[in-house]
Amino acid sequence: MTRALPRLTVWRSIFAVLALAGLYATYVRVMYGLGGSTNLNDRFPWGIWVGFDVLCGVGLAAGGFTLVAVVHIFNIEHYKPILRPAILTAFLGYVLVVVALMFDLGRPDRIWHPLVMWNPHSVMFEVAWCVTLYSTVLALEFAPAVFEKFGLDGPLRSLKAISVPLMIAGVILSTLHQSSLGSLYLIVPHKLYALWYTPLLPLLFYISAIAVGLAMTIFESWHSSRAFGRQLELPLLASMARVLAVVLAVYLALRYLDLLHRGALRLLLENRTETWLFGLEISLLLLPMLLLFRAHVRRSPAALYACAVMVIFGFIANRLNVSLTGMEAASGTRYIPKWPEIAVTLGIVALGFAIFRVVAQYFPIFEEPVSGVDREVETSERELVGVG
Amino acid sequence: MGKSILYDSTLCVGCKECESACAGRWGLPYGEKTAAEEKLSAHKLTTIVARGEHFSRRLCMHCAEPACASVCPVGALEKTALGPVVYDASRCMGCRYCMTACPFQVPAYEWDSRLPRVRKCDMCFEKQQSGQPTACAGACPTGATICGDRDALLAEAQRRLAEKRDQYYPRIYGLREAGGTSVLFLAAVPFEQLGLKSNLPPEPMPALTWGVLSHVPDVVSVGSVLLGGIWWITNRRDEVAAAEGTGRRS
Repeated sequence: MTRALPRLTVWRSIFAVLALAGLYATYVRVMYGLGGSTNLNDRFPWGIWVGFDVLCGVGLAAGGFTLVAVVHIFNIEHYKPILRPAILTAFLGYVLVVVALMFDLGRPDRIWHPLVMWNPHSVMFEVAWCVTLYSTVLALEFAPAVFEKFGLDGPLRSLKAISVPLMIAGVILSTLHQSSLGSLYLIVPHKLYALWYTPLLPLLFYISAIAVGLAMTIFESWHSSRAFGRQLELPLLASMARVLAVVLAVYLALRYLDLLHRGALRLLLENRTETWLFGLEISLLLLPMLLLFRAHVRRSPAALYACAVMVIFGFIANRLNVSLTGMEAASGTRYIPKWPEIAVTLGIVALGFAIFRVVAQYFPIFEEPVSGVDREVETSERELVGVG
Repeated sequence: MGKSILYDSTLCVGCKECESACAGRWGLPYGEKTAAEEKLSAHKLTTIVARGEHFSRRLCMHCAEPACASVCPVGALEKTALGPVVYDASRCMGCRYCMTACPFQVPAYEWDSRLPRVRKCDMCFEKQQSGQPTACAGACPTGATICGDRDALLAEAQRRLAEKRDQYYPRIYGLREAGGTSVLFLAAVPFEQLGLKSNLPPEPMPALTWGVLSHVPDVVSVGSVLLGGIWWITNRRDEVAAAEGTGRRS
C-alpha cells in the first residue's frame, strides 16, 4: 500500500503548482508588506483578500449551519448522510478564512485583539466574535467523527449531552455573522454603488448565504461521490435543490423589490461596468432558479451539478460586486489584484480541497463505509482526473 | 462640543506653512517633493489643494460621531471629549475598516511598512490639552486656519458670512456633514468645486450600523427560544410516535 512517492496525477500537479505559488507569495507578503504584495492603496484599502477570501469563504461555508438546522433542529433526518461533509466543509472554510485574514491584516500578530479590546458598536467586532465562537462550535460538531475513528466513547457521550444547545448556538452565531458581513457595508452609502447599497444588505447576505450553503452541499456531494466512488444521494440532493430554487426565488424577488423601491432600476439603463457585472451576477442566480424549478432538471446529476456551480459563481459575483465593483467608482481608482493576492487566494482554495480530500479519506465522513481500500484509492484517482 | 479648526479658503494663499508645521509635529520629512503632493498619505497628514484660483485644505475632519471610531473592532480610534479623534496604534490590528468607512477618505496606511499603522491628523491632541493651538493654526501666516472652541468658531464663521456676503458661498462645510464635524470650512465657491464631498447625509454615519447591531441581543434571545422550541416539538413528535408504536414518521 505504501509507495515511496505519491503517484503524479493532473490534480496533484495543479495542487503542487498552486501550493508553490502560494508559498512564494507568502514570502513576498511577509518580506515586503501589503504595499509590496498587493495593489491596495489609501483609496482602495480592501481587495480580494477581503472580498473573496473572507466574504465568499464565510458564505461558502454556510452549508454547515443550514444542514445542522435542517437535520437536527427541524429533525428532517433523511438529510443526515450529507451532514458531516457539510460540517467538515464549514469548519475548513472558517479555518481558511482565518488563514486569509492573517495575510490581509496589517498586523496579523494582533488578530486576537478584538477578543480582549471591545467595541460593541463595530460590526467587525461582532463578526470577529461570532467567527471565533462558531469555529469552536464547528470543531465540536465535527469532533464526533474524530472520536469515532479512535473509538473514544467517553468524549463522544459528553459531546452528545451538549449537542442540542451547541447546534442552536451554531445556527444563531451563523445568522448573526452571515448577515453582519452585509452590515459591514451599511456604513458606506456614499461609496457603494446604488445597485448594491441597500439597508437590506444584512438580510440579503443572510438569504444568499443559505442559498449558497445548499448549493455547496450539492457541489461537494457530487465531487465526493466521484472521488470516492460512492453512489450519489440523488433523491436527497433533488429535494434540496427544490428548496434552493425557492430560496433563490425569495432572494431575487427581494432584490427586485428593493431596487424598485429605491428607484435604482433606472441605473440598469446605463452602459457602465457596474451594470454588466450586476447582470452577470443576477443571471447566474436567476438561470439556476428557473432550471431547478423543473423536476427533470433536478433528477439529472449533471444538470443538478451545473446549477449548483452557477449558484456558487453567482454568489461569488455578488460578494465581489459589493466589495470591489461597487466600491471602485467612488474611490476614483481602479483596482486589479496583484499576482501575490491571486496566488495566495488560489493557494488557500487548493489547500481547502486537499485537506477535505485527505480528511474525508481517513475519517468517517460519509455514512456507508467504502469497500476495499485498494479499489477506493484507484477509483478516486481515476475519477479525480476526470473531474471538471 | 470641544475644540475645532476653522479653515477659510478665501484667506488661504497656498503657502503650505501648515503642511510643513504638521510634518514637523509628526517628525515626518518635508521637502519639495512632499510639498508637491496633493494627496493625503501616511507621510502627509494635511495637504493644501489648489483648484484653479482657489485653495482648499485636506485633513481629518474630526466628526462629532466618527464612522472610523464606530467601526474599529478594537477601539483604536476614539472621539475625545476635547474634540480630536485620536488613534492608539498599540491596539490597531490593521483591518483598515476605518479607511473603508471614513466618508472623507482620510485615514492613510503605512503600506510599505512591515509593522504598519494608520496615520491621520489628531488635531494636535497633546498641544490642545495644554491649551496651545494646533501646529497648522500656529503656523498659518494669514489666519486662514484658526483653532478654538467649536461654538466660538461657528459664531466667527457666521459673522464672516453675514458681513461679507459677496465674498462667500453662503454655507459652512462641516456644520451638518455626516452629522457635523469639528473641522469647519468656508469658501468663495460651492464646496464640491474644491473637491469636498457634497453628498454626505446630515445623519451621523454610525447610526447606519447601530440600527442593525442593536438588534443582536434580540436575535440571540428570540432565536434561542424559537430554535429550542422547534427542536422540542419535532423531537417530541418522534418520541410520541415511537411510544405509540407507529414507528418513525416518514
